[in-house]
Amino acid sequence: MHPDLPALQIVVPLLSAPVCVLLRRPRLAWAVAMAATWFAFGNSIVILRHVLATGPISYALGGFPVPYGIELSIDSLNALVLVIVTGISAIVLIGSPRSLEREVPTERHYLVYTAYLLCMTGLLGMTITGDAFNIFVFLEISSLSSYSLISMGRTRRAVTSAFQYLVMGTIGGTFILLGIGLLYMVTGTLNLADMSQRLAMTGANRTVLVSLAFIVAGTSIKLAVFPLHIWLPNAYTFAPAIVTAFLAATATKVAFYILARFVYGVYGVQLAFGELRLDAVLLPLALLAMFVASTVAIFQRDVKRMLAYSSVAQVGYMLLGMSLANVDGLTGGIVHLFNHALIKSGLFLVMAVVLLSVGSTRLDDMRGLGRKLPLTMAAFVLGGLGLIGVPGTAGFVSKWYLILGALEDGLWPVAVLTLLSSLLAVVYVWRVIEVAYFQERPADAPEPEPAPASLLVPAWALLGASVWFGVFTSYSAGVAREAAEMLLGGGR
Amino acid sequence: MTVETAVGLAVLLPLIGAAVVSRLGKVPNVRELASLLTAGGLFALVVTTILPVVRDGGRPRIELMEVFPGVPLAFEVEPLGMLFGLVASGLWIVTTIYAIGYMRGHDEVHQTRFFVCFALAIFGAMGVAFAANLFTLFLFYEAITLSTYPLVTHAGTDEAKRAGRIYLGVLMGTSVAFLLLAVLWTYYLTGTTEFRPGGILAGKAEGGTLVVLVALYAFGTGKAALMPFHKWLPAAMVAPTPVSALLHAVAVVKAGVFTVMKVFVYVLGLDLLRTSDASRWLTWVAAFTILTASIIALRKDNLKARLAYSTISQLAYIVLAAAIATPDSVIGGSMHIAMHAFGKITLFFCAGAIMVGAHKTKVSEMHGLGRRMPFTFLAFLLGSLSVIGVPPFGGSWSKWYMALGAAEAEQKFMIAVLMVSSLLSIGYLMPVVGRAFFSAPKPDPEHAGDADHATGARGIREAPLLCVAPPVFTALGCIALFFWPEGLYDLLAGMVGS
Repeated sequence: MHPDLPALQIVVPLLSAPVCVLLRRPRLAWAVAMAATWFAFGNSIVILRHVLATGPISYALGGFPVPYGIELSIDSLNALVLVIVTGISAIVLIGSPRSLEREVPTERHYLVYTAYLLCMTGLLGMTITGDAFNIFVFLEISSLSSYSLISMGRTRRAVTSAFQYLVMGTIGGTFILLGIGLLYMVTGTLNLADMSQRLAMTGANRTVLVSLAFIVAGTSIKLAVFPLHIWLPNAYTFAPAIVTAFLAATATKVAFYILARFVYGVYGVQLAFGELRLDAVLLPLALLAMFVASTVAIFQRDVKRMLAYSSVAQVGYMLLGMSLANVDGLTGGIVHLFNHALIKSGLFLVMAVVLLSVGSTRLDDMRGLGRKLPLTMAAFVLGGLGLIGVPGTAGFVSKWYLILGALEDGLWPVAVLTLLSSLLAVVYVWRVIEVAYFQERPADAPEPEPAPASLLVPAWALLGASVWFGVFTSYSAGVAREAAEMLLGGGR
Repeated sequence: MTVETAVGLAVLLPLIGAAVVSRLGKVPNVRELASLLTAGGLFALVVTTILPVVRDGGRPRIELMEVFPGVPLAFEVEPLGMLFGLVASGLWIVTTIYAIGYMRGHDEVHQTRFFVCFALAIFGAMGVAFAANLFTLFLFYEAITLSTYPLVTHAGTDEAKRAGRIYLGVLMGTSVAFLLLAVLWTYYLTGTTEFRPGGILAGKAEGGTLVVLVALYAFGTGKAALMPFHKWLPAAMVAPTPVSALLHAVAVVKAGVFTVMKVFVYVLGLDLLRTSDASRWLTWVAAFTILTASIIALRKDNLKARLAYSTISQLAYIVLAAAIATPDSVIGGSMHIAMHAFGKITLFFCAGAIMVGAHKTKVSEMHGLGRRMPFTFLAFLLGSLSVIGVPPFGGSWSKWYMALGAAEAEQKFMIAVLMVSSLLSIGYLMPVVGRAFFSAPKPDPEHAGDADHATGARGIREAPLLCVAPPVFTALGCIALFFWPEGLYDLLAGMVGS
């Protein structure tokens, strides 16, 4: 591996973004974005393989020695997150020209690609950096660009949704900044590894407690932890279809990573769970999310919105894994980050096809689509089975580890509740299946346009991968397990 | 070809068949030929390569990949799985022949989808039969549920949709909420999900934990239709008759009782169950199901609904046998998987033939039909006698061993339950035959002027040959199973090591 690859991981997309602005022509801007994201994807795979083979990487940015300069530090956990973020970005981008045609005026396409690249840069930066303040900077980059991405949706409600997200996201960002500031006060360093060591010496005091509260609350907003999720359903529903597919699989996942990194990597299990009892907060919230959000999803009239509520519920599963704080549970949480990214972005791509084809994602407009768009709806069924967690899909792998983790902690009611909540997913997925396959298409409904291959193939690729990773788990659950063991082994 | 490859191929073959059938929708005759060839090929493969090895004590095993630590996706054939594999693959051939006749005779729509899902259900059944561990079994168990859902809702009507909801809700609900929990709990306690002779839980679970596990496994296997989780089976009656045959004899409910039996023998372990008495309460639940379902069957006028409740009652026999947990009861219960399959598939084939040939679904409408459809009703008679359990029909052997097992365990009440339920089954099955043969056909006011019906009472007018030959064949099979049960017994004796 070339030693500068960690830096290129951020620099390439960052510099490609202004190039898109300069080029302006939609096709060219798309080509640049494609080149940058696919490079980043390849790069992240090289990094992951390197980390798995030889252990964590520490890269001193600009040659300034750690801890005075900024450190990029990569271990199995964030190497996996890098692969997810870049992989989903790259695959979703393939069909975007076709999908954007319907939703965004052509002369503004280049702005979508620019914001897309910036958002990805921000997310990658948050993931790769070993510096607390840097996390905040990249968080703002990704947040601002995601607000603008959402606001480009075709209805005017996209703008209000983006504004709602902006207000909540800014509060979240500020909380995180406050938390980092307090940590800096206590430890006198911004390097995450240093912080972790010094916190272990100072132990719990009120400042540490407050900093943890700020950081958990702040990331919870970005992660859309119930009940801080209100921005998410609107944002996902009204954003352009490919933006939803992109954000759903990346933004909340990186927020989850940040939370895991702070809780396990900086505070450590002993401090966060032993002395500050974080699990007493996270576990009930996780269970609430699983039940309330899934139940709300059942009553949605718009399938995109239904999937958004499902995302809130799925965040609950990840959070559950985090709050269990044993190897199996945490493996379940991390692997669900991976699996859910595949499944949900695949499903949102399916909704992009539906939107293009029938002009709406309302449940009523999907009547009889099973016959009209067989491949598209088959992909939806596949993704739906993944959400339910049918064995043989990736969702099952997550469920397996989460329940095992709950049993290990002796929390059998949690295990039962987790299983019961996955039955709610059966209900909301089957509502769509019944409408698409059992109801006749109304006579006055316009004939659906054929599904474009540029969207359908990526959707199938992602959902196919979710089946692949339901059986071949060494690169998903295997890496997640390694990451979980590392996090629980104390610091990075 | 090594026997290990054959095991893998036996699971894969129906999947390949499904893929081929799905591409042949435009040429129905070739499509049906493909179905038949796959079914025949599968059965030949199982009988010629796998059966001899397993009969001689071999346990061919093939491991594909490790999915969770210590939990591979793997197949291993042991006697019980061999039996279920034989039943499923063998009856698949007969059912396919019957389905061709029925679907064409009935002008059903979406026939390609039907045959594809059918093959997928067999894929699931073979996977369940040959699964080497609980994880693999669970995976294919759910595959059966999902692949039969489009079959149950085949008609696409509101009623079919409702039935589909109940079907999916009960089967998926119980399997996810109870069975999966039990699997994970077992894995947590023992660190493995492998099926091993003598079970894996001995020394790892006791007392209350064991009772709860027994409950989770017994009720979690919703396909075994133990009360109160039996409603899906009567609901699924809206499906075309070949699907009912598939549900009741070939794949679905048999996969359920097979799972219960397999778990009791190879996970919980008979010795552990007997010494701990953890399954004593389950014998009462099974006995209750046996009697209650029989009584409900007595009151059903719709023939298929009556047969459905009869199935619920018969399945509970097998659960009862597993819960008694003596070697003889387990052998008897396992035999009953095959015996009941042959008997019940005959009855369903006949019910379908009556529907295709005479458009009758209610028992009360069958006056004098026997003279018009003698072969169908003769087959129905033979199948009924086997289900009731009188010699010279196969069903008598399995009941014999189950009763023997109950006697060994000194559960006299359970012997009485077996006897009473046989009487009840005479009560709900014999009137069908009696009415058809011995009462005069009633004048049908709706079709008074219909020339066909006027002559119907005299001339023989059966359903198409493809609908009549299969039940006659399986009815003869019931008799054959009475005279040659040794092969079956010897095979199953290898399961309990006696």
